[in-house]
Amino acid sequence: MAYVALADRGQVLSHPKSFITKYIWSQDHKVIAIQYSLIAVAVGVVALILSLGMRLQLGFPDTLSIIDPSEYMQFVTMHGMIMVIYLLTALFLGGFGNYLIPLMIGARDMVFPYMNMLSVWVYLVSVIILMASFFVPGGPTGAGWTLYPPQAILFGTPGASWGIILMLVSLAVFIVAFTMGGLNYVTTVLQARTRGMTMMRMPLTVWGIFTATILGLLAFPALLVSAIMMLFDRLLGTSFFMPAIVSMGELSETGGGSPILFQHLFWFFGHPEVYIVALPAFGIVSDLLSVHARKNIFGYRMMVWAIVGIGGLSFVVWAHHMYVSGMNPYFGFFFATTTLIIAVPTAIKVYNWVLTLWQGDIHLTVPMLFAIGFIFTFIHGGLTGIFLGNVVVDLPLSDTYFVVAHFHMVMGVSPILVIFGAIYHWFPKVTGRMFNDTLGKFHFWLTFLGTYSIYLPMHYLGFLGVPRRYYAFEGIDFIPESAMTLNSGITVAAIFVAVTQILFFINMFWSTFRGPKADPNPWNATSLEWFTPQTPPIHGNWGPELPQVYRWAYEYSAPGADKDFTPQTDPPTDAEIAAR
Amino acid sequence: MITIIIFIFVSVGISYWWLLRQRVLEKPWLVTGTDTDTREDIGRTPPAARTGLIVFLAVVTSVFSLFISAYFMRMELNDWRPVDEPGLLWFNTLLLIMGSLSIHWCSRAAEDLNVKTVKITLLATGLFTGGFILGQLIAWQQLNEAGYGLRSNPASAFFYLFTGLHGLHLLGGLWVWSKTSIRVLAGAELEQIQLSVELCRNYWHYLLVVWIVLFALLLST
Repeated sequence: MAYVALADRGQVLSHPKSFITKYIWSQDHKVIAIQYSLIAVAVGVVALILSLGMRLQLGFPDTLSIIDPSEYMQFVTMHGMIMVIYLLTALFLGGFGNYLIPLMIGARDMVFPYMNMLSVWVYLVSVIILMASFFVPGGPTGAGWTLYPPQAILFGTPGASWGIILMLVSLAVFIVAFTMGGLNYVTTVLQARTRGMTMMRMPLTVWGIFTATILGLLAFPALLVSAIMMLFDRLLGTSFFMPAIVSMGELSETGGGSPILFQHLFWFFGHPEVYIVALPAFGIVSDLLSVHARKNIFGYRMMVWAIVGIGGLSFVVWAHHMYVSGMNPYFGFFFATTTLIIAVPTAIKVYNWVLTLWQGDIHLTVPMLFAIGFIFTFIHGGLTGIFLGNVVVDLPLSDTYFVVAHFHMVMGVSPILVIFGAIYHWFPKVTGRMFNDTLGKFHFWLTFLGTYSIYLPMHYLGFLGVPRRYYAFEGIDFIPESAMTLNSGITVAAIFVAVTQILFFINMFWSTFRGPKADPNPWNATSLEWFTPQTPPIHGNWGPELPQVYRWAYEYSAPGADKDFTPQTDPPTDAEIAAR
Repeated sequence: MITIIIFIFVSVGISYWWLLRQRVLEKPWLVTGTDTDTREDIGRTPPAARTGLIVFLAVVTSVFSLFISAYFMRMELNDWRPVDEPGLLWFNTLLLIMGSLSIHWCSRAAEDLNVKTVKITLLATGLFTGGFILGQLIAWQQLNEAGYGLRSNPASAFFYLFTGLHGLHLLGGLWVWSKTSIRVLAGAELEQIQLSVELCRNYWHYLLVVWIVLFALLLST
């Protein structure tokens, strides 16, 4: 076929021979995806351990305290930054994006494989720089993950000498890595779709990752700009953000700068970042629900419009993180309005997930359990978001554990459940082997119930007014003794959840090497990645010819079909042609 | 934040307009077969690098828009002391325009397969651009000596930031330019470097526009 030759034009794939070019300096998107994922998970485990240090301090301040106040602030900062950027962003876009985009749209690889390889190694460099800050004098920065100046770079804040510099440099390097990857994901979706794969036939996973990548490409520059300007303030003594400050009785050389300016820049990145993490999760969970409920996704078009709608709206809500910053109150009114508007497309998505389950042939497989768990945690976290989006409700709750509970439900637990679901779902394709179902189900129930018992009580702490980022609560009158008991309970739950994750790692490790051979399409799914000639797919993904796509990705339980799923590669039947 | 908001509105607007042309209103569950895939370019896909550069320039525009937003917001505070820009910048601007013109000429010549012109114009591009960067460095020195050091005032700090960032982007361009030049000197077929020269041309034009915007901004404030 002439088309095949043309579509393959310019895609000269080097087929590596040695171990090093095959697994280390690999240009294969699947190997790069696994490298991205392994680095992200490894650094995520570090952040998990940091959170345990904080929880021990909060739950048992007198007996099990192993960290001092400075370390507490440093752990808070590093935990937040690692989880949001180095784990979630990297895993969703670098991991799942790399693995799934070419397979799902029928491409042989990313369009710029060399740059893709550079992306993962630059990402590793950024992680190493970040980790190095644990070992420099003064330790990592303890400025909080928002890194607000002036305190982030003032002496007295933990890590103000070296930690903050390494953090800012690491972020800048990460953004370079992300941009190289992001250019790949966007251009691949735009240019490398196979014949018949129109935009409206792409699985929602690709839509979510594609839109999130565009958000990232436009929003990460805000973080870069604020990092560069803060580095100037810290290293060269400029006054972009630094006001005049009297420190130890001496007036600082800086003066006149605006800390609010930093907050605007930071949150101009920070809010889209929420959706950079959420949109891929939305997309993946839509696919999981549809496959395992054996039903087409309810309202596919509406789902696509909601994704791109949320993407656009996410750029005009940033200042709802700044209600207490002292900005003009009319801004608060405007941003509260846009924030509540964004709830509309989000609610559409939630309804559509639930309606996808309605009268479906629900298979409670491990991925499906995680997907349904996500619906619960996301609704929960989303509703508290509507609370906090209103200025009058936000003001008393700001900087309390209510906020901590909110964003951990919506942006911590929810995406992590999707990540687990997605790993279980695609594990048979990635490794060619099946995971242990019983262990997987144990892992789900313990994680789901465990995380709920961590974060649900935190809402009550927030209502009591317990402030976040405090090392200890001794001598604060309005905090009753029962709050301390609750804190101990939360800590026990947190340790429980952390230990539970060992089940996951054992399952993955054992199954990768010893698991039973998996069917190429174990879930009877329709999308392209399940129809590679080999499982796991080899370099180049497809046989001599690229697959052709004849239908959308959600043809489940179609009336009149002889199976309950029709792959995207199945040509139209006579009945379908007659129906036109 | 007005500047970046305008940029985001334009970007989102273009994306939505493009999406509307991708038949996002069709009901994909009713449509089977491949004939609805009306992409004519599927066979003669424009090189991915061309699209990749456009996406990259959108990212760079986002960076500069954010810096300009920050510039405007910082300017409103009362310690702002405008910079007296050195006249050398006008000469530098001229050099950059010449660089842009010569790479444009080079791209034409590459399409006409005129090796000699390609070599001359490529060399000229490098010289003009290198001259521009050198000129910017001298301007920095003049400014510093005139009492507008980096720490003296946020307005001067922004001047160094803008010119430095723009210069870094040009250096990145020069790196690609040098790779292309080496290939030309090594006797590569012109068909093989046409795309590379074309992308250089687009990048140079883009950076010229960025510089004119920045220069106008610095002069007017």
